[in-house]
Amino acid sequence: MGTKLRLRESPSQTAGPYVHIGCVPNTCGVGRPFMTDLGAVMLGDKTPGERIAVEGQIFDGAGDVLKDALIEVWQADHAGQYATATAGQPGVFSGWGRQATDLDTGRFRFETIKPGCVQCADGRLQAPHISFWIVARGINLGLNTRMYFSDEAQANAKCPVFLQVEEQFRPTLTAERNGDVYIFDIYLQGAKETVFFDI
Amino acid sequence: MKARPEQFQSRDRTWQPKALTPAYKSTRLRAPGRPPVLFANTLSETTGPVFGHDMIGPQDNDLICNYASSDGAAIGPRIAVHGRVRDENGRVVPGVLIEIWQANSAGRYRHKNDTYLAPLDANFGGAGRTITDKKGCYTFQTVQPGPYPWPNSENAWRPAHIHFSVFGSGFAQRLITQMYFEGDPLIPLCPIVQSLNDPAAVNQLTARLDMDTAISMDRLAYRFDIVLRGTTSTPFENRLEGN
Ligand SMILES: [Fe+2]
Repeated sequence: MGTKLRLRESPSQTAGPYVHIGCVPNTCGVGRPFMTDLGAVMLGDKTPGERIAVEGQIFDGAGDVLKDALIEVWQADHAGQYATATAGQPGVFSGWGRQATDLDTGRFRFETIKPGCVQCADGRLQAPHISFWIVARGINLGLNTRMYFSDEAQANAKCPVFLQVEEQFRPTLTAERNGDVYIFDIYLQGAKETVFFDI
Repeated sequence: MKARPEQFQSRDRTWQPKALTPAYKSTRLRAPGRPPVLFANTLSETTGPVFGHDMIGPQDNDLICNYASSDGAAIGPRIAVHGRVRDENGRVVPGVLIEIWQANSAGRYRHKNDTYLAPLDANFGGAGRTITDKKGCYTFQTVQPGPYPWPNSENAWRPAHIHFSVFGSGFAQRLITQMYFEGDPLIPLCPIVQSLNDPAAVNQLTARLDMDTAISMDRLAYRFDIVLRGTTSTPFENRLEGN
């Protein structure tokens, strides 16, 4: 007879300041044997959808930018479907991106497409959004948040997840559009503190 | 296509480290002040990127060789680190991408921001990748990393450790952690380790010397098992394999 197993999730520990070596080795001069960084390219020339970029910085409680953070994003395609194909194949939309914040400026930039609406289990539609996961020195457990689009106010107003956030904090999740670029700054503390999720 | 899980079990945030652990100074300005907002998983959380075995090169999991010149090898005690990835329900998890990074045997990282006076090793990069096999198993070949000092406080030293980045099948399972070595006297002194609230949590991150896997006249071995979040479906009836 077997026993019912209930294991405990491995505890998290900070990614530390040298996360680049393992996750984006070409940004810190390691390279060999990994000549490309996983998640560096999210789409191909023929990927359908509206081309956009997402840019921003992450600010700590003193207002300083994080120059040693790693961000991963996960998003649906233009039709609201999540990729099931293997990531990293040239030309295929993977839905997954990974970038370090710049070691000198703290800026990050993802080149992607605007996602479509994703269905909830009950059939309601979520507004277009990009899921973020942030790790860095001083972050003991990776932080989850979502980026919504300021030019999707109608969809946002009906999104079951967005609506679970207190109204006063919703602007922290909404990226402003500037041409083809959405600006999504993330605040870890303070009056503008971003909403993080327990997913 | 495999059916996607409806939900992951909610994360036990009393088991995971708190965001603010003041003895680890960097958390003071980086820990969010408000608790995270809980919501039921959607496809955005239960799906995630898929990685294939074809993206892994033959030396990707061998840090002794994967940066070295063709006749060279990394300096330091040679070790194998291996283990199995399961979920909280005890199911083995195949196809998991694991990335590791570590200091060399002198405690120095190959990174432009590491200014520790210990030397770089021309034959050691410090990065590895692998994907778990059908039984959820993985192996890395590497050298034992050295402890190193860090600016958290006067005379602060990290215990020897290997950083692990692990992907499950869902974005909500994403995990970064560190592996420590059994018997290291620096473990109880480290404020990053002590961000964990429970000695059992520290124990779970401490790899065990594994003489059954050690290779005579070649290398020692350490075993480090990893647990990812499981789904809310009924736990599966089984014994722990390999224990
Ligand atoms: Fe480290």
